Amino acid sequence: MHNFTAVGVREAGSWLETENIKQRKKMKVFKRAVAIAAVLALPLGLSACAPAAPAAEGTISYGLWDSNQLPAYKQCAADFHKANPKITVNIEQVGWDDYWKKVNAGFVSGDGYDVFTSHLAFYPEFVNNGNILALDDYIKRDNVDVANTYQPGLASLWTSPDGKQYGLPKDFDTIALFYNKKLTDAAGVDMSNLDWNPTDGGTYEKAIAHLTVDKNGKRGDEAGFDKAHVKTYGIWMEGTGGGDGQTQWSFLAAANGWKVNDGPWDTNYHYDDPKFQETIKWWHSLSEKGYMPTFAQQNGVGWSDQLAAGKVAMASNGSWMTGSVFGAKSDKFEPALAPTPVGPTGKRASMYNGLADNISASSKNPEAAWQWVKYLGSAACQDVVAAAAVVFPAIPEATDKAVAAMQAKGVDVSAFSVHITDKTTFLFPIADKKSKINDIMNPAMEAVMSGKADVSSLTAANDAVKALFK
Amino acid sequence: MANPVVAKRKRKSDFLTALPFMGPALIGLSVFVLIPGIRGIYLSFTEYNIFRAPKFIGLDNYTRMIADPVFWNALWVTLEYVIINIGIQTVLALFIAVLMQRYTRSTVIRGIILLPYLFSNVIVALVWYWLTDYNLGLINSVLDFFSIDKFTFFSDVTAMPTIALINVWRHVGYTALLIFAGLQAIPKDVYDAAAVDGAGEWRTFRSITLPLLRPVLAFVMVITVTGSFQIFDTIAVTTKGGPIHATETFSILISKTAWGNNEFGYASAISVALMVMLSIIAFAQTKLLSANQSDMDR
Repeated sequence: MHNFTAVGVREAGSWLETENIKQRKKMKVFKRAVAIAAVLALPLGLSACAPAAPAAEGTISYGLWDSNQLPAYKQCAADFHKANPKITVNIEQVGWDDYWKKVNAGFVSGDGYDVFTSHLAFYPEFVNNGNILALDDYIKRDNVDVANTYQPGLASLWTSPDGKQYGLPKDFDTIALFYNKKLTDAAGVDMSNLDWNPTDGGTYEKAIAHLTVDKNGKRGDEAGFDKAHVKTYGIWMEGTGGGDGQTQWSFLAAANGWKVNDGPWDTNYHYDDPKFQETIKWWHSLSEKGYMPTFAQQNGVGWSDQLAAGKVAMASNGSWMTGSVFGAKSDKFEPALAPTPVGPTGKRASMYNGLADNISASSKNPEAAWQWVKYLGSAACQDVVAAAAVVFPAIPEATDKAVAAMQAKGVDVSAFSVHITDKTTFLFPIADKKSKINDIMNPAMEAVMSGKADVSSLTAANDAVKALFK
Repeated sequence: MANPVVAKRKRKSDFLTALPFMGPALIGLSVFVLIPGIRGIYLSFTEYNIFRAPKFIGLDNYTRMIADPVFWNALWVTLEYVIINIGIQTVLALFIAVLMQRYTRSTVIRGIILLPYLFSNVIVALVWYWLTDYNLGLINSVLDFFSIDKFTFFSDVTAMPTIALINVWRHVGYTALLIFAGLQAIPKDVYDAAAVDGAGEWRTFRSITLPLLRPVLAFVMVITVTGSFQIFDTIAVTTKGGPIHATETFSILISKTAWGNNEFGYASAISVALMVMLSIIAFAQTKLLSANQSDMDR
């Protein structure tokens, strides 16, 4: 019933556009007319009970934070407008920090983006606050095959605990080791198949130690290595990673058999697990040995610039950084990728994070917003994103095209895709109260990584996190 | 009996005449200061996440604040910043101003001294963040070249002093010019008399310059201290409050609590606390200012 009324409103809406009435006073009269039209259209709608989408039109706004992806999405918006001439999409790109402030402010003012790129770290709070629309009715009406269209597992990331779907997966990312092939060749280190354990670090630590060079040219595993005067670090620490360690330590802890909680939305956290704490202890030992900068030393210019400058031989990070790292190639820097090490479980592990687009609950044009979201989640747009070779689209065929496009650019991204083929991914920890968890875990991890507290202090942090849900 | 009536009428007409003149300022004051201020005080007694209507919870935010170590940390961190920033900045600015007064009249030099103040805060912060980087920064590269141990400018101990000094660099020229203007107002014959009496450079400074400069110094302090307490941008683009809360000043904490955690009620309570503190400090300073008319008046 609700839908049919909506049909009437929208048809009347198109009449409005042709009349080109834009003044507010007239708007009021018009709104009344729409209401009447809607009621009159009701029986018509019932008889014309077709599953086809109602005609949507108007201008909608779309927000994203990654400037690297802006050209591809501009192309998608242009193609979309060609296919749906009545809908125009205005794209705005804002850097990460300001982006989320803007999204939140938009919810309050009601003038925010109609559609915006969302992140798993934030969408649970949007769901709780009723800021975003569930897509289930639209999906059912338009027969979108959410379960079978995307890479396995990605759609479930955007499902709330009560089973509602809030987004269609658009892309995914995994973790690998970025390294400088000039340095590994000079050291004679083979990066292709490293293994790791929390006791002696395995061949992973051996490689890191050998790649570390002090200012006298002595390597980290040689006698007389001066850890106070390191010229090139073996590996970079990019912050502590807080409670997720997405790019920093989660691939090690998971390869050690650890899970942050018992699944998406679960509130039973495991920061007290010895498997987690021994991983962090080993990780911190790298900076004590001089193979990795200390927490204070890494505070400053970011990891990718340090890698490109030859100040560090390798760094673990996500697939979304591929474009900018490989773009920094120089005489000193030959970028290359290696898969994360195999852990005590006998497997590699990588956090599996995926983005999707959400529709603001305050959107004045949800139908047009849905048409755009549906287009973003379709092969038509994801193939365009694939061709841009910046991220991995969520539809498997588009993923393959992106891998091929990156290969064609001379970038071997198999270190990222190996996790998909080997099924060694684990999901990004989706949780309610994420920012409060971060408030507890960030300082706790910073204290451990700067040597101010023992890893056992993370047990107290775990208690504090669990107390949030009591 | 007619007199009061006349007076009353006169006052009324005065008010009507004054209104258009005061109007623009009153509108600005109400829209940007009074209404948000009163609303902020109201919100400090509520639980409010901006998506749902505020819920009145009495003094809960304030009891939570008093028990919150992060709040007290913000107080100490902010004080640490203000003391380092204002202390060094004022002494340096005074020194530069006196040098300008005694040795040069060159407008070019005055221009150069003011130059850092003309850059945007954010750009200054970012450039210094690069310069002081442990591995790539110019400063540590120079230290390393002379075989001096490199220095971590952004550890939990050094981060706050580093940021305070960056802002000294930016503001010292401006402060120096304010003081310099004050120095210009001191009559030259006082210095001539001191010279005749055989006073040296230091004695002249201590017994003439400093006492006659007191009102200007007090004015400069009110402006710089109040600004210093509200330090935000430099930290927001560099350490963002870390490591381990070491640079989490009031402004950073308020912004994190409000926009990071959507706890706008609690953030309002912290803002009210900051407002009360700044009012007390400003009041004390104004007292100091009016109690110290220039010694020239005596």
